[in-house]
Amino acid sequence: MIIHDVPCPFCGCLCDDVSLVVEKNRIVGVENCCAIGNAKFLSKTRLKHPIIRRDGGWVEVSYEEAIDETAKILAESIRPLLYGWSGTYGEAQVVGVHLAEELGALIDSTTSVCHNPSILAIQEVGHPGTTLGQVKNRADLVIYWGCNPIEAHPRHLSRYTTYADGYFFENTVSDRKVVVVDIRRSEAAKIADEFIQVTPGGDYHVLSALRAMVRGRGDVVPGSVAGVKKEQLERLVALCMEAKYIGVFFGLGVSMTRGKYKNVRNAIELVSEISRKTKCTISAMRGHYNVYGFNEVLTWMAGYPFAVDFSRGIAFYNPGETTVIDLLERKEPDASLIIASDPGAHFPYSCNEHIASIPSIQIDPCVNATTALCRVQIPVAITGIEVAGTAYRMDGVPIRMKKVLETEYPTDQEILERIYAKVRELNGNG
Amino acid sequence: MAEMLLKNAYVIDPISGINGEVMDIAISGTKIVEEASRDAEVIDCRGMLTLPGGIDSHTHTSGTKVNFGRYMSPEDMRAGRTQRKGPMHVTSGYSVPTTYGNSYRYSALGYTSLVEGAMAPLEARHTHEEFKFTPLQDSFANVLFDGNWGMLKAFEDGDLKRAAAIIAWFLIAVKGFAIKLTNPGGTEAWGFGKNVSCINETMPTFDLTPHEIITGAIQANEFLNLPHSVHLHCNNLGTPGNFTCTLGTFRNVPNLNEKRQTLYATHVQFHSYGGSGWGDFCSKSEPIANMVNLRPQIVIDMGQVMFGRTTTMTADGPMEFNLYRLHHDKWSNHDVELETGSGIIPVNYRKKNLVNSIMWAVGLELALLVKSPWQCLLTTDNPNGAPFVKYPEIIALLMSKRYRDAEFATVHPDTGSRVPLPAIERELDWHEIAVMTRAGQARALGITDLGKGHMSIGAEADIAIYPLDVDSVDPAAEYETVINGFSQTEYTIKRGRVVSRRGDALVHGENTTFWVKPKVPPAYDLNQDEEFRSLFSKYYSVRMSNYPVQEEYLHRNHCIETETDL
Ligand code: SF4
Repeated sequence: MIIHDVPCPFCGCLCDDVSLVVEKNRIVGVENCCAIGNAKFLSKTRLKHPIIRRDGGWVEVSYEEAIDETAKILAESIRPLLYGWSGTYGEAQVVGVHLAEELGALIDSTTSVCHNPSILAIQEVGHPGTTLGQVKNRADLVIYWGCNPIEAHPRHLSRYTTYADGYFFENTVSDRKVVVVDIRRSEAAKIADEFIQVTPGGDYHVLSALRAMVRGRGDVVPGSVAGVKKEQLERLVALCMEAKYIGVFFGLGVSMTRGKYKNVRNAIELVSEISRKTKCTISAMRGHYNVYGFNEVLTWMAGYPFAVDFSRGIAFYNPGETTVIDLLERKEPDASLIIASDPGAHFPYSCNEHIASIPSIQIDPCVNATTALCRVQIPVAITGIEVAGTAYRMDGVPIRMKKVLETEYPTDQEILERIYAKVRELNGNG
Repeated sequence: MAEMLLKNAYVIDPISGINGEVMDIAISGTKIVEEASRDAEVIDCRGMLTLPGGIDSHTHTSGTKVNFGRYMSPEDMRAGRTQRKGPMHVTSGYSVPTTYGNSYRYSALGYTSLVEGAMAPLEARHTHEEFKFTPLQDSFANVLFDGNWGMLKAFEDGDLKRAAAIIAWFLIAVKGFAIKLTNPGGTEAWGFGKNVSCINETMPTFDLTPHEIITGAIQANEFLNLPHSVHLHCNNLGTPGNFTCTLGTFRNVPNLNEKRQTLYATHVQFHSYGGSGWGDFCSKSEPIANMVNLRPQIVIDMGQVMFGRTTTMTADGPMEFNLYRLHHDKWSNHDVELETGSGIIPVNYRKKNLVNSIMWAVGLELALLVKSPWQCLLTTDNPNGAPFVKYPEIIALLMSKRYRDAEFATVHPDTGSRVPLPAIERELDWHEIAVMTRAGQARALGITDLGKGHMSIGAEADIAIYPLDVDSVDPAAEYETVINGFSQTEYTIKRGRVVSRRGDALVHGENTTFWVKPKVPPAYDLNQDEEFRSLFSKYYSVRMSNYPVQEEYLHRNHCIETETDL
C-alpha cells in the first residue's frame, strides 16, 4: 500500500508530500523524502516496555507502574522541571502545560537552546515574516544567513526557494539569486550566486554596515567589515534594491554566536529598513519538526513562547532566570520530566550531571543519551508515523501529522493525561 | 434534563419584542422553554437586567495573528495575570489575553458568542485549536478571501459562479462561517510591498479593482445563500481623507437579501476620516452615518477607540506597515501565500494626541448618528481600537451626554473644532444597547434562526444577568453605576448552565463552532477540477489533500448547510 502526502516528522520544513510504501504494518519504502527524514521513517530501534532503574539496574515494568512512579515523583517534588516537547504534537503539549500548571512546575522546550535569542529579538522589535509559499512564488532574492539548509533542512531549497517553481517567474532557477552569508564555505555556500564570508562573531558588524548603507549612509562604512570587503557589501545592497521580493532565512549561526539576540535584532531591523524600499521578509530556520508548535501552544495557553515558570501560581517568564539551562546550572530542579528531546546529547555536562542526580523521567520512543540520566523511561508511539496530531511548520503553518502504522504503544497525550490525572489525585484535586 | 427558572427578571429581548418586562424565564437542558417543572433550580433575578447572551460580531481572539500578538509582547502578558481559581486556569495578557483569559473575561461581561474577524484559510487549523481553549463562548470564523488567487482568477474571467464555488470550497475546507474581505486588492498587492489607494484602482497582479472584488464577493455570497453577508474591512484604513473611499464603497452596495444586510462593514470608525493629511485630520462621521441611514442593506460596527495601551492586528498588512512607520515601536508581519497578509503593532492611544482624540470621538459619533441601532453595532475591533474589557465604558458613553462631556474635557483641546461630537445630544437607552450588543449582532450574522441573540421559546439558553436595576438607575447621570453593572454579570448562562458568577468562571464549558457548508452541485465540485488542483499543487506549499481542517479540530460543531443557486 502506498500512502501519499505524508508530512515528515523530522525538521521544521515539515514537507507534507512524502509517499510511504507500507507492507504488513511496516514502512518498506519512502519517496520524496530527504536522507534524514528517510532515516526517521525507517528507524527500527525501539524500547519495548517502560523501564525503571532498581538496585543499580533496569527492570521492565508495566505502564501503570511507570505512570504511578512518575506521578509520585512529580507530585512530591518542590521544583519540578518539564522539558523538551519539540518532537511531539500539539495535543500532547497542551496536556503538558496543564500538568505544569497543576505542579507549579517550570516548563521549557528545546527552543531554549536554539532560537530562544530569536524570540527575545522578536519581543523587542517584531518580526516581518511570511509563509514559505510566499517566498516560493515571489522571491527573486533569497539570503541564507548563518545556516546550512543543504545539511540541516535538505529540502528547503527545492520546496520553498532556489529550485522551487514560483508563480511570478518564467524560469525560477535562473531568475532567482541566492546569497549565503556564513563563517565558512558550507555546502549551501557552494551553490550560492554570492557567498559572503564573515569572520566568526562578525555578524553584528556586517548587519550594522548593511543597515547604514540601506539608509544611504555608506560613507560611514570602512573598507572592510568583519572580513568582508565594502565592495561586496555594496554589491549585496544593490542586489537587494533591485529585487522585488527578498526572503532572508537565518539559523543558529546568527542566533547562537557572539551577540546572540542582538544579532537577530539587527537582522530584523535591517529587514524593516529594506521594507521601506522593497518587499523583504525574514524567517528563522527552526530545527525539530514541531519546535515551533510548542511555542504556539504555550503562548495561547500561558502567554509566552517558552520558559514559563508556574511556581508563583501565575505564568512567570524571565529568560535568563526561567530558562532550562539557567535553572539546571543553579541546581534548582529536584525532579524532571523530559519528553520528546535529548538533553543528554546536547546540554552542558554540569546540567546533565544535575539531571542525573535528581529523579528524572524520560518519555520517548527510543533509548538515547538521556536515558542514562533517568530513573524511568516510558516508550510511546511515534508522532507522525503511529499517531496523528498537529505540528507547526517553521513559518507557523499548522499541519496535521498522519498515522500510517498501527501500534500497541500508547501516545504521548495518553501517557501525559494519565500522569496528569494521577498527580491531581495525589494533590487532592482529582 | 437540568431545569432552571429565572424568576422576576427584568427582560429586554429586542428580537422577541420585549422591552423592559418583568417575567420568568424557564430553561430545560440547553434551551429556553415555556415552563419549568417544580424541580427546576430557581435563580431570583429581581432588580437585575436580563439580556440574551452578548455576541461580538467582530473580534480577534483566536488564530495565528492573535497568538503572534501574544508571542511578541511579554509586556502585555505581564499586564494582566491571574492565578488559578476553582476550574479557572492561569491567565496572562491585557490587550491580547491568553485563550482562557479571553474566555473568562468575555464571560464576566455576559458574552456567549464570538466571531473571530479574520481567519487565514491556510492556517485555519490554528484558529480552531484556540477555539477549543475558549470554552465559554461559541465560535464563528470569518474567512479571509481578499487575496485568494483562485477567487481572483475567477473574477478576472468574469465567472462569478466559479468564484462562488471556490469560496464554498474554502469555507467548507477550513470550517469557516463567512466571507471576509480585508483591504481587498491591497493585501495581495502587499505581497510585493504595495497597496491600492482606492476602490477603482487596478491592483498590480490581477486585472481587478477592489470595487470588482467587493461586488463579486457580494454576488457570490448570495449565490451560496450564506447566513451572514460579506464582512468587509474597507480599503485605506486609518488614512486621512479615507471617508470618500468608504462612501464610494457603500454607494455601490445593492439590496439583495430580505432577511439581513448585503454588506457588513467593520470598524467603520477607522474609515471615516477627513482631511488631506495629519495636519487637517478631522471626523467625517456625518456623511458616513447619513449614507448608512439611507441604506438598509448596510450594517456597520463602530470599531471604537478607547485611550490606553493596546495591540493592533489585522490582515491589512500594508496598513500596519504604515502605522509602524508612524509609531516606530515594533512591527510584525505575516503574509499568507495565495490568500492574504497581516500585521501587528502595539499602540498607545493618548488623550494628548489630537489624532487619537479625534478617533475616539468618531466611533461614538457613528453610534449616535446612525439612527437605527440595528445598523451600528458596538465593537472595538478588539483589540485594535481597545480591548473588549472597555465595552462597559463605551456603553456608558453612549447612554450619557454628561459622561461624554466630562471625558471630552480631558482630550486634546483642538478636538472640538474637528469633530461634531460635542453637539450631539442623543443618549441611547437600554433597549438600543441591547440591540447593539446582542440582538443586532445576531440578526446581522444571520444566526437568529439558530437560536442566538434572543430568548424566545426554543432559543439557546444563552443569557446575561446584570446587577443593574433599570427602574432606579438614570444612566444619563449615574454612568458609573452603568459601567459597574455591565462590567460583571451576576450570572452568565451558556446553553442552560451557569458558567460565570460575579466574574468567576464556574465550569470548563463546552463551546460549539458554527460553520457553513454550501451544497455545491457536482458541476462545481473543485476537487475534480484540473485547473484548481494545479493552482494548488504548483503554488501552495501545502498539499491539497492536507489542506482541509479535519473534523477532529471541531470539538463540538454545528454545520449550517445552505442551498445554493449555482
Ligand atoms: S527537509 Fe526536513 S521535513 Fe523535509 S523531508 Fe527532509 S527532514 Fe523531512
